[in-house]
Amino acid sequence: MTARERIAGNVAGYVDDRTGAAKWMKKNLTKVFPDHWSFLLGEICLYSFIILLASGTFLTFWFDPSMKEVVYDGAYAPLQGVEMSAAYASALDISFEVRGGLLMRQIHHWAALIFMVGIVVHLLRVYFTGAFRKPREFNWIIGIGLLTLGIVEGFLGYSLPDDLLSGTGIRIAEAIIQAIPVVGSYLAFFAFGGAFPGEAFIPRIYTVHILLLPGIFLALITVHLMLVWYQKHTQFPGPGRTEKNVVGYPLMPVYMAKAGGFFFIVFGVTAFLGAVASINPIWLYGPYTPGQISAGSQPDWYMGWLDGLVRMAPPLETYFFGYTISWNILIPGLILPGIMFTLLALYPFIESWATGDKREHHLLDRPRNAPNRTAIGAMALTFTLVSLINGGNDIIATTFDLTINQMMWFSRIGVIVLPPIAFVVTKRICLSLQRADRELVLHGRETGRLVRLPHGEFVEIHEPISAEKAWTLTSHEQLAPLELPEFDEAGVRRPKALLNKVRNRISRANAVAVPKATETERKELEGHH
Amino acid sequence: MSNEIEAIKDPGLPAHVHRRADNDEKYARRAENQVAILFLLSALGTILLIVSYIFIPDDIFVFIPIMGEQNIHQLLLGLGMAIALFCIGAGLIHWAKTLMPDEEVIAERHEFRSDDEDRAEFVKTVKAGAGAAGLGRRPLIKRTLGLALGLSGLTPLLLLRDLGPLPKDELKKTSWKAGTRLVTDPGDRPIKASDLEVGAVAQTLPELPAGEHHRSLNDIAKDAVLLIRLRPEDFNLDDERLSWTHEGIIAFSKICSHMGCAVALYEQQTKHLLCPCHQSTFDVTRAAKVIFGPAARPLPQLAITVDEEGYLVAQAPFNEPVGPSFWERTS
Repeated sequence: MTARERIAGNVAGYVDDRTGAAKWMKKNLTKVFPDHWSFLLGEICLYSFIILLASGTFLTFWFDPSMKEVVYDGAYAPLQGVEMSAAYASALDISFEVRGGLLMRQIHHWAALIFMVGIVVHLLRVYFTGAFRKPREFNWIIGIGLLTLGIVEGFLGYSLPDDLLSGTGIRIAEAIIQAIPVVGSYLAFFAFGGAFPGEAFIPRIYTVHILLLPGIFLALITVHLMLVWYQKHTQFPGPGRTEKNVVGYPLMPVYMAKAGGFFFIVFGVTAFLGAVASINPIWLYGPYTPGQISAGSQPDWYMGWLDGLVRMAPPLETYFFGYTISWNILIPGLILPGIMFTLLALYPFIESWATGDKREHHLLDRPRNAPNRTAIGAMALTFTLVSLINGGNDIIATTFDLTINQMMWFSRIGVIVLPPIAFVVTKRICLSLQRADRELVLHGRETGRLVRLPHGEFVEIHEPISAEKAWTLTSHEQLAPLELPEFDEAGVRRPKALLNKVRNRISRANAVAVPKATETERKELEGHH
Repeated sequence: MSNEIEAIKDPGLPAHVHRRADNDEKYARRAENQVAILFLLSALGTILLIVSYIFIPDDIFVFIPIMGEQNIHQLLLGLGMAIALFCIGAGLIHWAKTLMPDEEVIAERHEFRSDDEDRAEFVKTVKAGAGAAGLGRRPLIKRTLGLALGLSGLTPLLLLRDLGPLPKDELKKTSWKAGTRLVTDPGDRPIKASDLEVGAVAQTLPELPAGEHHRSLNDIAKDAVLLIRLRPEDFNLDDERLSWTHEGIIAFSKICSHMGCAVALYEQQTKHLLCPCHQSTFDVTRAAKVIFGPAARPLPQLAITVDEEGYLVAQAPFNEPVGPSFWERTS
């Protein structure tokens, strides 16, 4: 035994004597993680969260979350002598007088954008591969919670510098609160400590941004990861992979090195962006004042779809008995997002209700093998994308020489018409891909080699695919549709008849599939040639 | 032979393919060197960061194509940091992929469901526990506890009451009164009708009472008014609204009736006002009627006239609340 091994043994022994950790560590250090590039998406979120904590802590050392008015006398000449809030002045100081301050601000902002992109793409991966199915519903809901809080946290974050652009964003948020029926103006006055903008808002959202929400994030992320750990990661179908096993690399050393290395890569890329790509140049916007605005006001991208919905809303307000309801704000600002996030959170339960499938799933679906789910996803994505596009309608209109009216009408019509089209098209594409898989298994790969037969016929040589590939393409399950009874044995309509009819209908649509190739068919074809 | 359809079978985990570095020490040595070079590059990155932090002044700007004017201090600091971090990551991953074992391992999964016996035990324990507490047998305790917990939930709500004052009529009134002069923003100079050419726009605020010099943002958020001068014959207004104008000068609240942004874009040709936030468009000639976008109401119009010295003043306060809608608005 070398001296080094002896020391390591002593340290481990010391810890184990006090915690009994050896047993747990022994088992978990060799825990197996399946490998796939798309499993890195969640990791990107985790790492950018850590970057956000680190860079955010740095920023708090200089940021002054106060709306007290000061006269700026710092290093940025164009704004010297201008009245502004202490928050804005300190954000300028961070950008111009703290060495590395601008870099940290930009890293913080870029990390926030990457965090949100990561969450959304990770969510799409989980959705389209069916990773949310039993037993992972809790983690899906936690994930939706993190997405929602991420949007709020990001908005509060870019509101803090109190520049003209972010103040405009707060103004819009205030208008949404104010539009809530009955209690709206009270809620707005409580949130802002009086009339807009007041002097209370920045310090309040600062507490929420740096303490309350990060605390909740930390708790939710911990539970999210513990569940992944405990339930073991899902894996894509393939040779040797079943519902009962997990195939991959052990945590120590391979996965540790890869995951640890990936953290540094994410941090490095974020630092690179912070160094070379200017983001949110607040000094160009000037301090916030409610009487001014800059043209082309845009929220960060993850708020863009909300803003797009608000922009395309029809000008509807109802007045009755001396009260006002602003549908033009409530529908796009609160009701639609509420419905969207609720449906998103409930999706695993809706799907299992529709298919009647209550079993555990650890093998992922290839999106084409769940055409209905994939098509619903494409539909939701199209809706959000049209909204997002409309969130930049002014920029798009000026860039592509369109009128704002054309953009707005495109979105108003598109947001209703395009999602159903996306559904149908996606479902067709999925079924076609299934058909292509079937072809591939039965007839093999096209080699591109044309051969002329003795009697003059030209044929293309097909090469059989490997047994592994054939298995990967056919190992998925094809569920039969539900047949829930509408009538009982005596021929009387059951109390749940209508509900059962609906479920049967949905599950029939769900079960539409191209029959997968079988060994029997393969052999028959072989005999044929 | 049966007629049953035979599915394609799982061939099992494919045989492991060894990497070159597994079999040949030469390749392993090369991989080791590559990893070492990456780590050395990282060290150089940190040195670049330290050198730039100490020796490069933070006020030198250099023009770099595509990126524009760049502060060299920030740029090099960031690049040093990026290189240092990225290369550590790249080195670790390269090491894992070339030199660490790459044989796939199979681990078994276990169903999460506890066995029936445990479940039954669990239910029994819960029942026994609840029974021991006697919650079911003593409804008085259950109900009073419910009451106490419910009421104590009001405490945080109550304590948050002082977050802000009640709105009262704060949302409904502005600083404009009959006779208040319109002054320029910025500058606080009173305005004569002759100061505005036809087609001109001016941002104005109410004149501060004598002796006051400070204007709060809360006031600006409600008081901001836009003056626009057209030819009187361009207006398409009823008699009352026409009497609110003065020699072709018309005044509107600058705070959007949709969500409160500043309606700052005026198009001289079409005489339209556009809000840059959500593109609500208002027709100035028709008392800021909404002709496009999500706003549901025209911008409130301020009745103006001139005082004896010829300066523009408000005839009367706004006749409706300015800014975005709220529940207590009456129309």
